[in-house]
Amino acid sequence: MLGRTLREVSAALKQGQITPTELCQKCLSLIKKTKFLNAYITVSEEVALKQAEESEKRYKKGRSLGDLDGIPIAVKDNFSTSGIETTCASNMLKGYVPPYNATVVQKLLDQGAVLMGKTNLDEFAMGSGSTDGAFGPVKNPWSYSKQYREKRKQKPHGEKEDSDWLITGGSSGGSAAAVAAFTCFAALGSDTGGSTRNPAAHCGVVGFKPSYGLVSRHGLIPLVNSMDVPGILTRCVDDAAIVLGMLAGHDPKDSTTIQDPVKPFTLPTLTDVSKLCIGIPKEYLAPELSGEVRSFWSKAANLFESEGAKVIEVSLPHTSYSIVCYHVLCTSEVASNMARFDGLEYGHRCDINVSTEAMYAATRREGFNDVVRGRILAGNFFLLKENYENYFIKAQKVRRLIANDFVKVFNSGVDVLLTPTTLRGAAPYLEFIKEDNRTRSAEDDIFTQAVNMAGLPAVSVPVALSNLGLPIGLQFIGRAFCDQQLLKIAKWFEKQVQFPVIQLQELMDDGSSVSEIEKLASVSLKH
Amino acid sequence: MWALATRLGLRSWLGWRRGFTSKADPQGSGRVTAEVIEHLERLALVDFGSQEAVARLEKAIAFADRLRAVDTDGVEPMESVLEDRCLYLRSDSVVEGNCAEELLQNAHQVVEEYFVAPPGNISLPKQDEQEPFSDN
Repeated sequence: MLGRTLREVSAALKQGQITPTELCQKCLSLIKKTKFLNAYITVSEEVALKQAEESEKRYKKGRSLGDLDGIPIAVKDNFSTSGIETTCASNMLKGYVPPYNATVVQKLLDQGAVLMGKTNLDEFAMGSGSTDGAFGPVKNPWSYSKQYREKRKQKPHGEKEDSDWLITGGSSGGSAAAVAAFTCFAALGSDTGGSTRNPAAHCGVVGFKPSYGLVSRHGLIPLVNSMDVPGILTRCVDDAAIVLGMLAGHDPKDSTTIQDPVKPFTLPTLTDVSKLCIGIPKEYLAPELSGEVRSFWSKAANLFESEGAKVIEVSLPHTSYSIVCYHVLCTSEVASNMARFDGLEYGHRCDINVSTEAMYAATRREGFNDVVRGRILAGNFFLLKENYENYFIKAQKVRRLIANDFVKVFNSGVDVLLTPTTLRGAAPYLEFIKEDNRTRSAEDDIFTQAVNMAGLPAVSVPVALSNLGLPIGLQFIGRAFCDQQLLKIAKWFEKQVQFPVIQLQELMDDGSSVSEIEKLASVSLKH
Repeated sequence: MWALATRLGLRSWLGWRRGFTSKADPQGSGRVTAEVIEHLERLALVDFGSQEAVARLEKAIAFADRLRAVDTDGVEPMESVLEDRCLYLRSDSVVEGNCAEELLQNAHQVVEEYFVAPPGNISLPKQDEQEPFSDN
């Protein structure tokens, strides 16, 4: 049951094949079994069971709220959840309980979704590995998959069983791991530079970043106000579309959401791609791109071509500057956004009381980790009077050039761009931590963050397993506010590639036989 | 007792800042002088904490310097991707609130309905000051 898609489970709930409480308990027990992944910071067991009970009452009366009623979901821990601790994986907010729900969380709850818990992330969503949070790193479920372990046996290794575990990618690593390990059917992440798509690619799930302005950011603890969006992680594209339908729309509490009316939609199935024009940006053929990813990318392009689509090479000339531009704008906005954490009204507070300045300084030193502090200081440097013009304003100008690159390409008739999501598959943790956070982010965000600069929708779809048995994802980038069309194309592609289901046999063994799990696994993703 | 500990804590924190300059770093830009460090720490109210942090800032600046290579003559800065649209603020009417107690619960030091702050208008001690404050 846990391996099914959202739509299938929703149908099962409506038909009474399983009750919301049973479903919730299965997920809770799986969360306990997969605790070693460290995907969850807070598991809201009581709340979840209560919500499941209420959902069950509704189903009994035949008055379910919709496709999400009774469905277990998880939320990244930088979304405010009323009555549930929200920490952003930082010492600064340990023990902080928000008095309100983020709009997207409220929308999900209004639809009857069952909140399993808050997932782990990089501290304040800064990072590309989900390794730098105050609650420890998140482990990629694929480290424990049959597919990966079998390939490992072929290579000689003298290390202990668990020392070679892989990162999930970041910063929404906890959400991606939670979805990949079947502990929930959908999870919310946030995407500022690729933070939803990167872990989605590494964990073999679908990571969708909506257009900037489509989904409300109210309640999402901000990192970069001009680039943040809530992201959606699910096991298939159709599920992401269902969730998007519930979340999109104008929010009076977020003035950066557009006013255009948005209705929930059923994603139509595309059968004919011959009218599509797919763009392949040549600058994305980076020298560091792994041979395997390049070959999958190439195969995907050929697939579209063989089905009649027009596949052309396009140019986004300012691509090489986008990571630098992002670095300046991100640190500058971070410097401003982190200023609210002073220990007075909420969050951590130090013991020094000689003066407000000393108190703020010590509180912030104790509350933030090196990564956050480094970005605040860098941001403040770029915002100094003598540097403002040369760095901040300059970066804003370069941002326009980057956004214009995309506009030109889409205006020339391209419907969607096809690019890799990451340079390679998930790295082992011990490898990953050899370089510092900024270096890693600069490397890993290379394909994803230009999209945030331009505010476009993008989705990472898992394509195939690498030679090591690890998931590789490819990214589709769409026109602004053409999220539905983007998802339509992604859904078609997903059907063609038939990405294998992760085999976590030992974990799923709650009485069901192996053959039953295989049967379920073969049912999912085929519709 | 805690007052002494506090002062010692502050002093040890300030201690490393003394005689602290960014040494010529081959990857850095040499821009992070002692003055800049002090200035940034005061502005950000976040301390560097170590020589490594200074080196990291140097690298970050050197990285950002790559933007100079881009020709941006005649290009307007872009503040928001939604600049071509009308975005509206909601009307200034109170529709929710009345949750003072809930909000006060999140703060560490509260007296009645006030958040308690230490005395203000006392700037952080400069690098070379030995005794920052006398305690009351």
